Amino acid sequence: MKKLELQPSSPETQAFRGGQKHAGVLSQNPKAVMNALSSFSHQQQPWISGVLNTACGLVPVVSTEWSSAERRGRLRSRISAFRDRYAVRPGLYAVGAPDSSSDIFVSANYKLSFDILRRSLAGMTGWILVLDTKGINVWCAAGKGTFGTAELAKRVLGLNIAGLVTHSRLILPQLGATGVNAAEVRKKTGFTVRFGPVNAKDIPAYVRAGYRATPAMRTIRFTLADRLVLTPMEVNPALRRFPLAALVILAIFGLQPSGIIFKNAWTGGWPFLVLCLTGLLAGTLVTPAFLPVIPFRSFALKGLAAGAAVIAPLVLMTPLGGASPLLDAAAIVLFPLVASYLALQFTGSTTFTTISGVKKELKFWLPVYIAGIAVSLVLIIIHKLESWGLA
Amino acid sequence: MKYLKNVATLAYDPGRCTGCGRCTEVCPHAVFEMQYGKAHITDKDLCMECGACALNCEFGAITVGSGVGCASAIIRSMLTGGEPTCGCGGNAGTSTGCC
Repeated sequence: MKKLELQPSSPETQAFRGGQKHAGVLSQNPKAVMNALSSFSHQQQPWISGVLNTACGLVPVVSTEWSSAERRGRLRSRISAFRDRYAVRPGLYAVGAPDSSSDIFVSANYKLSFDILRRSLAGMTGWILVLDTKGINVWCAAGKGTFGTAELAKRVLGLNIAGLVTHSRLILPQLGATGVNAAEVRKKTGFTVRFGPVNAKDIPAYVRAGYRATPAMRTIRFTLADRLVLTPMEVNPALRRFPLAALVILAIFGLQPSGIIFKNAWTGGWPFLVLCLTGLLAGTLVTPAFLPVIPFRSFALKGLAAGAAVIAPLVLMTPLGGASPLLDAAAIVLFPLVASYLALQFTGSTTFTTISGVKKELKFWLPVYIAGIAVSLVLIIIHKLESWGLA
Repeated sequence: MKYLKNVATLAYDPGRCTGCGRCTEVCPHAVFEMQYGKAHITDKDLCMECGACALNCEFGAITVGSGVGCASAIIRSMLTGGEPTCGCGGNAGTSTGCC
């Protein structure tokens, strides 16, 4: 590990030696920056543009720009389990050249949350205090308590933030309030928590207005774009279970008294494969996309309506149905229920559903789903027996 | 968009309210508004049970049953009898990625 190599008379060295009221940028010299970074065993990150020497030690200065790596990271974390390991190191970061009067913005260590915050702070100066939320975003982490009073107090005291600034303001994302008790934080640390806007992009306006958020900044919405961005993580996990469902369908259709016949499996089974996939998409894509216009407040009913609206016409009016009234009935019972079940899963991603409501829905609908599967199985079995000349 | 009618467990005791306004600051659905120096519930069906108001009310005027709302987590807890927990959070590396 290399030590910083600095000229004794350079301003950087002055800053590094400390004793100054205001922290200065240590260096924009790439070599010095790299050395400084390695000195706190930090992997070199392209979004770190410099280092500050502060009362809290060396603090990375972060860029407010996004590179292609950030855009790629956002995309990957929106569509895959990549998001589960997309994290930054908890601790203190600087934006611009902050001093002892600069604001402290608290965030989660999910890289996407952190990226959105630093991008929102373009043109501003401030400190970013990243809590260890196990790589989870602010709202989910607050719900679990990892973005919480204890973690915040631990970081503020552990880093000696009181020695960094002359004020006592901590600006938290409003959605962090689910996990952070502002009064407790004050008792434990002496810092006053101010809950900023819901969205980081409103921070500049919030600060300009004297730390006042408009009612619009305080309210969470759930726009079409908000919903669509969440759908890949609904569709993909469901698609991963599709091969198993397909196997069961093909086995059922291929089943003959003499064994499983592959030709029958495909010729009899393909409409059900298509219908199953359609039901899956009705629940995971159509329902989230058209959420406000689909009738009913219940998500199970919304999914059922969306499922029935696409499945019933396909069965009754296209070659996907018509093979037998029993099979048609089975399809019309089963696949809208698949959509309903998957739509109910989407409650976990929305901004307005309640745990009490989801429990209430499940209590009613789980037995319905089980009964629906049983009914459609019976219909399919009767159809099989008929086709074998046994009924 | 509103979820089910009369299901949210939000309860508010105006007698304990001191009018500090913290609940109006933390609620992401504007469930509370200030009227004549006291908080007032606008529409309980807007509540999503996030629990921010109850946690931050210093005077114990608000209670709400909050918890993880993922359906799969609730199904698991219904089957096992435990509290609903998402796969994510406790162990970021191996989480299943709900919420």
